[in-house]
Amino acid sequence: MEQNKKDPIIQLKDIGIRFNLSSEKVDSLKDYLIKSVKRDIHYNEFWALRNVSFELERGDRLGILGLNGAGKSTLMKIIAGVYHPTEGEMKIGGSIAPLIELGAGFDMEYTGRENIFLYGSVLGYSRKFLMSKYDEIVEFSELGKFIDVPLKNYSSGMRARLGFSIATVVEPEILILDEVLSVGDAKFRKKSEKKVTDMFSRGVTVLFVSHSIEQVKSICNKAILLEHGTVVAAGSAEEVAQIYASKIK
Amino acid sequence: MGKLFAHIHRYRFLLGELVKKGIKLKYRRSYLGLFWTMLEPLLNMIVLSVVFGPLLGYSNDKTFPVYILAGRLLYTLFSQGTKEATRSIRVNAAMIKKVYVPKYLYPLSYILYNYILFLISLVVLVVVSLILGIFPTWQVLLSVIPLINVFLLTLGVGMILSTIGVYFRDMEYLWNVALTLLFYCSAVFYKVEKYADSMVAWVMKLNPLFSCIDNFRSCIFGTEFNWYYTLYCFAFSVICIVIGALAFYKKQDEFVLHI
Repeated sequence: MEQNKKDPIIQLKDIGIRFNLSSEKVDSLKDYLIKSVKRDIHYNEFWALRNVSFELERGDRLGILGLNGAGKSTLMKIIAGVYHPTEGEMKIGGSIAPLIELGAGFDMEYTGRENIFLYGSVLGYSRKFLMSKYDEIVEFSELGKFIDVPLKNYSSGMRARLGFSIATVVEPEILILDEVLSVGDAKFRKKSEKKVTDMFSRGVTVLFVSHSIEQVKSICNKAILLEHGTVVAAGSAEEVAQIYASKIK
Repeated sequence: MGKLFAHIHRYRFLLGELVKKGIKLKYRRSYLGLFWTMLEPLLNMIVLSVVFGPLLGYSNDKTFPVYILAGRLLYTLFSQGTKEATRSIRVNAAMIKKVYVPKYLYPLSYILYNYILFLISLVVLVVVSLILGIFPTWQVLLSVIPLINVFLLTLGVGMILSTIGVYFRDMEYLWNVALTLLFYCSAVFYKVEKYADSMVAWVMKLNPLFSCIDNFRSCIFGTEFNWYYTLYCFAFSVICIVIGALAFYKKQDEFVLHI
């Protein structure tokens, strides 16, 4: 068991991802044919991330700091499997609950109840599991009788609450938090923060994206600082937060 | 291959949810709901037989509506399934950009839900056949073959189109035009025997959808089942599925960058 704890749960080696920013938008067949005949398609290659490497052990809580456009969210999406890295190797040794954009799998025509099953299955839960957790999800989301109303009639806060409640109903081994601790009103925020910190104490591995140095310091034990897609500092949360603080002064 | 099935098994709940969503949302907020699956082909059959019956001189043929309905049902499955598969990735862009979901589930779920609706609509065919005095022979059991074949054909063509659809939005419109052409080339509302030795018959024989339709009809009417057609359509479908799956597999990681 001790041995097991030392195994890295997340291992990233020289991860890089390249986007093609077409200088001219080519999305029709005619355009493409004309331009490829004229050899006129220019791609602006853009490396959103390059040479990103780090390892996390079980129970580590990593803060990811950086300015807008540094590649923080892209990195989270690579780890969550949304983007496929152009180069590098990645090993993930546990189940992931990506609290990136809550309710990404929601259908607006569907009611809250139907969306629990749809979004739940998007996150990989079985129908039986969702049935057994259904009451818990509804109760936590505080939606009450609105659960049978189509989602298009929800307020954005209600949607976010439902998304959060579904995504956190499992006990994941890896939790990705991308600035989601600001869901709903003050009361719900307090409740969701408590739920997340409860998970911390049970030894979940956390990837935490934030602009708030204070939050990173209080939550994380490790941190990395991203700048233009590369890691410019890595180490304990305390050290990296200090470097980040001095950079934004 | 084993890996693929393990994968599908793991995501079977999501596949089920997506199929259910397609069926549920298709007729939501319409008064007749799922009943439309049967009413629509019936009304369509009436229109086509009223127009083309007298025009092409089949007015005396009491079973002509059944002939039309059988063809029309298979054609609708193929056209709806492939059309929705073409759009499947783009329509679900919001989800694909935010969470990991195996992408083949989208075209697959659209084709599956259309197939389920199609199976429901077969009830109309049975009822109309019996009313017009066509009673099944043992050969009706063979209809399983064209019914499976048309699914494989829709799946294969749909998979190819779903990959192309990501890169070229034009494909959606282009394919609509192609489907119109296919409608006229599939002998939905006329009989081929009349043109047996002309160019028309030659084109027909190259059309795998026509092979399905023709065999399906011979199962209903108890005429000679064409094994050559079956084999041709099956081979065509399998080749499409292989090409479609390979193209999809090779390109799927890039989809998210193009939608």
